[in-house]
Amino acid sequence: MADAIYLDNNATTAVAPEVREAMMPYLTDLYGNPSSIHTFGGQVMKEVDRARGQLADLLGCHPTEVIFTSCGTESDNTAITSALECHPDRRHVITTRVEHPAVRNLCRTLAKGDRGRPAYRLTEIPVDADGEFDMAAFGNALDDDTAVVSCMWANNETGVLFPVQDIGALCRDRGIPFHTDAVQAVGKIPMTLSDLPIDMLSVSGHKLHAPKGVGALYVRRGTRFSPLMLGGHQEASRRGGTEAVAQIVALGKAAELAKANLGKENTEVRAMRDRLENGLLQSTPGARVNGRRDLRLPNTSNISFEYVEGEAILLMLDQHGICASSGSACTTGSLEPSHVLRAMGVPFTAAHGSIRFSLSVYNTMEEMETVLAVLPPIIRRLREISPFGRQDSPAAAAGPQP
Amino acid sequence: MWDYTDKVKDHFLQPRHAGEVADPDLDATVGNLTCGDALRLTARLDADGRIADARFQTFGCASAIASSDALVDLIVGKTLQEAEAITNDDIAEYLGGLPEAKMHCSVMGMEALQKAIARYRHEPFELEDEGTVVCTCFGVTDKLIEKVVRDQNLHSVDQVTHFTKAGGGCRGCHREIEKIIEKVHGPRPEHAAKTRDRRRPMTNLARMRRVEEVIEQDIRPMLQADGGDIELVDVDGRSVQVALRGHCAWCRVKDFTLKATIEDRLRELVDPQIVVQDVGGRLPDEALGPRGEHG
Repeated sequence: MADAIYLDNNATTAVAPEVREAMMPYLTDLYGNPSSIHTFGGQVMKEVDRARGQLADLLGCHPTEVIFTSCGTESDNTAITSALECHPDRRHVITTRVEHPAVRNLCRTLAKGDRGRPAYRLTEIPVDADGEFDMAAFGNALDDDTAVVSCMWANNETGVLFPVQDIGALCRDRGIPFHTDAVQAVGKIPMTLSDLPIDMLSVSGHKLHAPKGVGALYVRRGTRFSPLMLGGHQEASRRGGTEAVAQIVALGKAAELAKANLGKENTEVRAMRDRLENGLLQSTPGARVNGRRDLRLPNTSNISFEYVEGEAILLMLDQHGICASSGSACTTGSLEPSHVLRAMGVPFTAAHGSIRFSLSVYNTMEEMETVLAVLPPIIRRLREISPFGRQDSPAAAAGPQP
Repeated sequence: MWDYTDKVKDHFLQPRHAGEVADPDLDATVGNLTCGDALRLTARLDADGRIADARFQTFGCASAIASSDALVDLIVGKTLQEAEAITNDDIAEYLGGLPEAKMHCSVMGMEALQKAIARYRHEPFELEDEGTVVCTCFGVTDKLIEKVVRDQNLHSVDQVTHFTKAGGGCRGCHREIEKIIEKVHGPRPEHAAKTRDRRRPMTNLARMRRVEEVIEQDIRPMLQADGGDIELVDVDGRSVQVALRGHCAWCRVKDFTLKATIEDRLRELVDPQIVVQDVGGRLPDEALGPRGEHG
């Protein structure tokens, strides 16, 4: 699949060549343990700290506020359970209806009272038809019993951004810890965490051209913290376990590259995304964008093609080496379309035919033109096969049944 | 990514029978947009009452489109009586198999055919017209669930969901589906075991049947929950030969599963002297050994 047109960067990204090169020595000659006293091991610690500095630079925070983890999910789990441990008297958790499973399933487990804890009260803040966060509902949900608020910064399916500054400010007023899952936002939009009322923030390496198996958690100085992984003194006793040096070095290098590419993300990548999206909307009737268009990540486009099914579209795109994803039921392995699209109230006619394109700086405008040439005929073909493709057909006239 | 056979991919990418027949004698639509798949089947009969031409229109995933195309391949040239006998298994088999979670696509094909024939004969379509809707998310009736549970020998709600989609939405109907399973197969083995008369010795035949029942109803769903599966290869007296599949086949605690889960369960529910052996690494024929040993 060397010739693949890869438009699924919100799922995972290619390891950047510079990143691969940077991590290689730590998979070969420099295999020492950073905690060792001898020079052979100890020299490696300098590289871990350098990576910490590189990531802190991208996030706009102090290096000591960065804890390396194994993935975004670990960061999310650490942040939320830490807040609960530190506020044992509070029994209320607030999140949103559109979180990634890493947060959503943890919160729902807490609400069931698993893991030896009594059940927490859980509020999932709704979103509107554009995927926008319901600030009024959030204001009403906040109370003195709230132990933690966890709201994603950017939605992985639609790219819609949440007002984390406003959410954090309300939390700060009440002394409630605020965590944001920012695995999709980091590296795509500029951020200066030292200026923001965010207490904890999750990062995932493989979403920004580092390899899988490394993540980070930002913990603002002064935030009460309780580790998830108990063990050695690594990461200033905030995360036990020998440092995954090669992956950490990779994440540091990827953060440095991401910072250098932030401008490109918001000009070149945005232009490619807009070209693709506008081209599809113009060429294909019955297409609609899911999520507020002017409040999104620059790389993400979630488009629904009415009266066709997403998995069928993806497999036909796959024949042309084009990689994307879908919120349709058939692709998720469940029988219902994505929880994000359902939370937005996207009609089923459109939710089943939703396709997500997520770009990176490694895409080209030429690739967008290829997709624009290939996809509209696929939609036409599937609509020809579909009983609902023509509005005068008996099945379409009968309309969707409840 | 679904693991589709080449035949499924071929019928999906190059369907032979997409479209609609003009002035059809048979015409039926099952499924709907909300559910995520729908199939309209139209067909024309010749003077002898055979299906001369048939076409499908399908909204759905690759396996739904492939199943529809396979259905038409299977029915053209047949009388309605012959066509009626076609089951969803025939469709799945024609395609070289479907992933279990996609079996409902083949059931949709069977439903469309039966509905079209019923409409043609002006008879009620039992699976849709006469049943009560159990799963409101996907509009599945008790009649359809009961038919599939019986025909496919299904024993868990998950299996029913794979074949009919029922129970795959809000999950509010799971208890109802369990009741239908119990209605078809009788109560779950835990209850049945308590009522078994332990004083009378078990015949070989009874033991074999019981082993099969416990594996199907009790052990298989448990293994499947962890991504594994089990196949009953042979029962010889009190020796039970099984093959562990899926995750179980490679699992590091396979031996533990075999002894602590499968053997214990069979000893508890069937016969305290049962010994279980895993013959999964070999083909069933080799596993059986020379015929003489079993005489």
